[in-house]
Amino acid sequence: MMLAQAESMLHTDIPTLVGGLALLFGIMLLLVRAIAGPTNYDRILAMNAIGTKTALFVALLGFITERPAFLDIALAYAILNFVGTIAILKFIRHRRLG
Amino acid sequence: MQLFREIVVWVLLMAGAFFSLTAAVGVLRFPDFYTRLHPAGKNDTLGVLLFCSAMLIECFRYPEYGYLVAGRLVLMVLFMLMASPIACHAITQAAYVDGLRPWKKGDPRR
Repeated sequence: MMLAQAESMLHTDIPTLVGGLALLFGIMLLLVRAIAGPTNYDRILAMNAIGTKTALFVALLGFITERPAFLDIALAYAILNFVGTIAILKFIRHRRLG
Repeated sequence: MQLFREIVVWVLLMAGAFFSLTAAVGVLRFPDFYTRLHPAGKNDTLGVLLFCSAMLIECFRYPEYGYLVAGRLVLMVLFMLMASPIACHAITQAAYVDGLRPWKKGDPRR
């Protein structure tokens, strides 16, 4: 019964799954840049883009598993990603926070 | 009506996947930090917008809590439309103040 449920879910949500796989592949490519980036700013840029894609992926996962509470997590993840990027930049520029 | 909605969701999701993938490929392949800002700042924002539009259409399949989901998606789109360019601009300004020189034609790839 669980298998049939999962099968019907997979059948109805193929575009969502394809979008999620594209997001995961993009995250993988960005991770290469985040590891190999010559300057720190390349790494910060790649991590910011990875955070955006991860928030989108969490929202899509809420649609795949039909749990709308995942959208709250996605929203919180997006806000934390933005605040974290700004905090890292401020720390690099002023060498202190606050 | 059902088929039309599914086709619109397909098209929006595939367009969002295309723009997200081109953003990742651009960040990976462009020769310089300042050129890498273009895909990260613009394609990513458009990808978020397209993905969230697709989910906004999709969430009215569930009439009992569709409006809550739609409200959160609209909040997410509004926040992303503000936050992504602001973060990109802040990274650019920090790099410029730090003294990173732009890439010129003929320079080696960095």
